[in-house]
Amino acid sequence: MAGITPTPQGNGSGYRGIVGPLLIPTWAVIGIFLVLPVLLMAVYSFLTKEFRGGVVWDFTLAAYDQFFLNRGLFGDEPPVIEWTYITIFSRSIWQAAVATLICLIVGFPTAWFIATRPPQTRAIWLFLVTIPYWVNLLIRTVSLKFLIRENGPLNESLMSIGLITDPLPLVNTNLAVQLGLFYSYLPFMVLPIYAAVERYNFALSEAAADLYASRWVTLREIVLPVVKPGIIAGCILVFVPSLGAFLAPDLLGGAKTFMIGSLIDEQFRGSQGNWPFGAAAAMILMTLVLIVLTIYARAQARGEAK
Amino acid sequence: MKGVRHYPGFLAMAVACLVILYAPLIVVTIYSFNGSTSITSWGGFSWRWYADVFTGPEAPRFKAAAWNSITIAVIAATSATAIAVAASLAMIRGGRFKGKSATFALINLPLMVPEIVIAVATLIFFSAIGLTTGYLTILIAHITFCIPFAYLPIAARLQGIEDAYEQAARDLYATRWQAFRLILMPLMMPGIISGFLLAFIISLDDFIITNFVKGAGMETLPTAIFGSVKQGIKPNIMAISTMMLAVSILFVTLSYYVNRIGQRTRS
Repeated sequence: MAGITPTPQGNGSGYRGIVGPLLIPTWAVIGIFLVLPVLLMAVYSFLTKEFRGGVVWDFTLAAYDQFFLNRGLFGDEPPVIEWTYITIFSRSIWQAAVATLICLIVGFPTAWFIATRPPQTRAIWLFLVTIPYWVNLLIRTVSLKFLIRENGPLNESLMSIGLITDPLPLVNTNLAVQLGLFYSYLPFMVLPIYAAVERYNFALSEAAADLYASRWVTLREIVLPVVKPGIIAGCILVFVPSLGAFLAPDLLGGAKTFMIGSLIDEQFRGSQGNWPFGAAAAMILMTLVLIVLTIYARAQARGEAK
Repeated sequence: MKGVRHYPGFLAMAVACLVILYAPLIVVTIYSFNGSTSITSWGGFSWRWYADVFTGPEAPRFKAAAWNSITIAVIAATSATAIAVAASLAMIRGGRFKGKSATFALINLPLMVPEIVIAVATLIFFSAIGLTTGYLTILIAHITFCIPFAYLPIAARLQGIEDAYEQAARDLYATRWQAFRLILMPLMMPGIISGFLLAFIISLDDFIITNFVKGAGMETLPTAIFGSVKQGIKPNIMAISTMMLAVSILFVTLSYYVNRIGQRTRS
């Protein structure tokens, strides 16, 4: 729009009269096939489990009871806290948090580096970082497993240059899952930070340098507070999908790295499943995510109010 | 003096980032051309695993899965794009209206709710209304979660188009439909194409939700690959992966150029 008008924002209201009809498809599709199902899932979490998967319409708190409390093998002992599922949830939170931290450590310098390139090179770098996001996640996870497996190319090349004598047992460890999550969602960290750094006014850094601040002091005191919204957005975009991830823990992890995604998935497989319990676990996961998103929205609103 | 933009080690980190992102993909691409039956030793360059994908024992399964994946992606992306175009007109050209922010939240809902939760909820819903899981249920689920991916680029594009063009058309007695079809839609086209391509890839990519609502005997490419990988990574899987990789790169390159052309026509 250069040269025509200083306000390129097309915010006309030419469709004011027909807003309703235009939005009916959106309301109908997302309303019927997402909002309604989520509400129904909430109801199902309070139903009684049927023997071969499925439910009986008797309302009960059994699913949540099973999640949080242990009443012994026959259900007649005084309840104590059941740690199995709480452990799986805390492990998932921990794995997702570590993956987010590694993404931040690698993603911030990368985003900064890209944002400080000349426009032409910047476009190429951005393009290169975005491509993996478009590649099938399953294929990426399988590829990673192929690379890091016991007698895979990574171990073979490390052994051939003499860095290690025995193959590193990477697959089926927490590290493999964290690596998988990091690898899955790294572009989500780089892009929002890049957007924030690109808007950053480098005159601020120059002013700090003029006042004899070192690079790292400038980074900590000036840059980080300014680009913080981008960093937080990146962390949310990595943490939230990592929390409910299924592929990375399932393919790269083992029994010791069991995460929420696999726990929920298991409840809907065949006759061993337990639909109300799976629905309850999904409700708890969704509540955790909503808490994270609400904190984020609050923080952002406060940031804008300043 | 390299200036305030330079931080020692950041270049190394950026390079490391690319190496991490690409190393697994490059390794799998190389090994897909491995002539050996063993995945550990190198047996010279060969196309045999690509031939195996199309003619080998698993070929019928992969062909059926690929057909399902592609038709579902085309229908889901087309529907989601149409829904998103209508929604973007209301959201950006509809002025203020009651429920606007609620509608905005609704459009973005598929991005907020974790995939596994959408998968569980959708399965429960189809089971409750008695719809047998299969092609149709996959399609419905895909249309739903593709909407925000189609909406974002379309709305971004529409936001950048001045409404003076439509105003001019309307002043010259074009109907609202004519003004849309002849003026606004061509201007929106780069956004519409981007939205479609993004929705297409997202649909093709999906594993978790599809795996829940696909029903027995129904496969898409990701679920078929997942089934095979459970018994170990075989060379034919690497050949399929490499082909899907090529398709993804083709699509992202296309979308990149469409956007570039779009930016040029705007300035």
